[in-house]
Amino acid sequence: MWRNELATLFRRRRTQAMLLTLMAVPVAITLAVRFAGGPDNGEGPNFLSQVTHNGVFAALAGLTVTLPFFLPMAVAVVAGDAVAGEASLGTLRYLLTRPAGRTRLLASKGLTTIVFCLAATAAVAVAGLVAGVIFFPVGRVTTLSGDTLPLAQGMLRISLAAVLIGASLLGLAAIGLFVSTITDVPVGAMAGTLAVFILVGVLDALPQTRALHPWLFTQHWLSYGDLLRTHVQWDGILRNLGLQGLYVAVFGSAAWARFTSKDILA
Amino acid sequence: MTIAIESPASAGPLAPGADAAIETSGLTKRFGHDTVVADLALHVPAGSVFGFLGPNGSGKTTTIRMLLGLLAPDDGEVRLLGRRVPAAARDVLPAIGALIDGPAFYPWLSGRRNLWRLDASGPDGRRSTRAARIEEALARVGLTAAGDKRFKAYSLGMRQRLGLANALLRPRQLLILDEPTNGMDPQGTREIRHLVRELAAEGTTVFLSSHLLAEVEQVCTHVAVMSAGRLVSQGSLADLRAAARPVLRIETDDVTTAVGVLHSLALDATAEGTRVVAPLAGARPEDVCRALVEAGVGVRGLAVERPSLEDTFVALTGEGFDVAQ
Repeated sequence: MWRNELATLFRRRRTQAMLLTLMAVPVAITLAVRFAGGPDNGEGPNFLSQVTHNGVFAALAGLTVTLPFFLPMAVAVVAGDAVAGEASLGTLRYLLTRPAGRTRLLASKGLTTIVFCLAATAAVAVAGLVAGVIFFPVGRVTTLSGDTLPLAQGMLRISLAAVLIGASLLGLAAIGLFVSTITDVPVGAMAGTLAVFILVGVLDALPQTRALHPWLFTQHWLSYGDLLRTHVQWDGILRNLGLQGLYVAVFGSAAWARFTSKDILA
Repeated sequence: MTIAIESPASAGPLAPGADAAIETSGLTKRFGHDTVVADLALHVPAGSVFGFLGPNGSGKTTTIRMLLGLLAPDDGEVRLLGRRVPAAARDVLPAIGALIDGPAFYPWLSGRRNLWRLDASGPDGRRSTRAARIEEALARVGLTAAGDKRFKAYSLGMRQRLGLANALLRPRQLLILDEPTNGMDPQGTREIRHLVRELAAEGTTVFLSSHLLAEVEQVCTHVAVMSAGRLVSQGSLADLRAAARPVLRIETDDVTTAVGVLHSLALDATAEGTRVVAPLAGARPEDVCRALVEAGVGVRGLAVERPSLEDTFVALTGEGFDVAQ
């Protein structure tokens, strides 16, 4: 069933347009650096300055630029639409009387959303990589520690970083899925999810809420940088994965409790 | 085109000894303080074509949603094909095709692709026969040529047809069709009637909801009438017709005397211009006629009229455009 779910999601023009827009970001960065001149070393976003030395960094630069807003927005759209979208189309009543089974349907929605998180980051990384390789030289990968790694190992690290960024989005995706089960209006669910994301950003910026910071799902989002050290530091990465897992468990259960007991009036 | 894949008899799990396709008792649903469906006891005999009638807002769709497990009843229970729902929903729903509150599909997918998705999303829809079943269902509702168009390009009538095609994707024991001819032209309405008869002849029980009596009158064997959330009548169409009280109509110039004679026969007569109308109430028309003639009333015409089913329906549900409260 979830393969079918995936096909339905990715056949949709909106999904395709979101992925293309995301892919345009690293391409635009690469072109800007190539033709308008890159920032001096130490200026601008992380990894941007390295693009001129090594094209593969365009993938990381793209991910770094899209992570603060573009990627969460895309995830909020897909996760928020997951159940509320079916409700507003009316297809939910036909899926449930098919019967798809409420738990089974929610599980396949969750799985599809996870795949979308990974697909979105992969799209950004691949588009950046292709553009970077076309416009810039490619060689040994310089780590944050200052050493260089062979290209193959550098590529492996960058791929891992992309997967990790995809996984960083899962907490937000779980919140989106839950919000999606409490309304029949998809735009409301998307906006609600984005509102939660913005609120978390605000809380993260306030020193007064320091006690909350370790529990905010964005807390360890930048831990993927640790993969780019000569010796990978796993602490932050594992804490990030644990925190995302916690959010998935809590909001996944809430979504399940809500959806399996809900009166379907749409 | 007919492809026999499985006979309807093998389609599902009618529990042994169950003679009702749908059976509810004490079924009640409240939204806040509103009781939308109250103490409903439906009995839909297996093999019948059952008309579920009632004005807009009388609780038909809410009832259908409870039957199919979309709404949890506040009270009472539902048995479909002899099995408790929602407990046995997973076993029993595959044998039931439904059109609920209008068709709903993904606008960005074609008609065929939409059917494919729905068929693949539940049990009992074998992949090896899926393409053939989809073609058969599309052919049955006359959508073969439009099957590859995106759903958003469909007209209202085509959407309704696709909804029916979805209900016919697998062999069914029971079809629950909520207002199936909504938005269809007269030609389409006739096709649907034809289709319902055909399905009934194959042994499928058809539960047909409508606010239009004329629509169900021609195909149904049984009817139930809802009004403001309550069942006001239920039985075979013949029973409902028989229950309709015959009325005596007398044409005469001497209205006053005629009314007097009828009153003396204990008939509740009223005058309407040159006409006298009275419920027959068991009296024999020939006796009434003789009494009138003996009293010197010039009888120009005397007729016994049975109210149409329509009049009976209106008498049961109340007249007017106001949505029932």
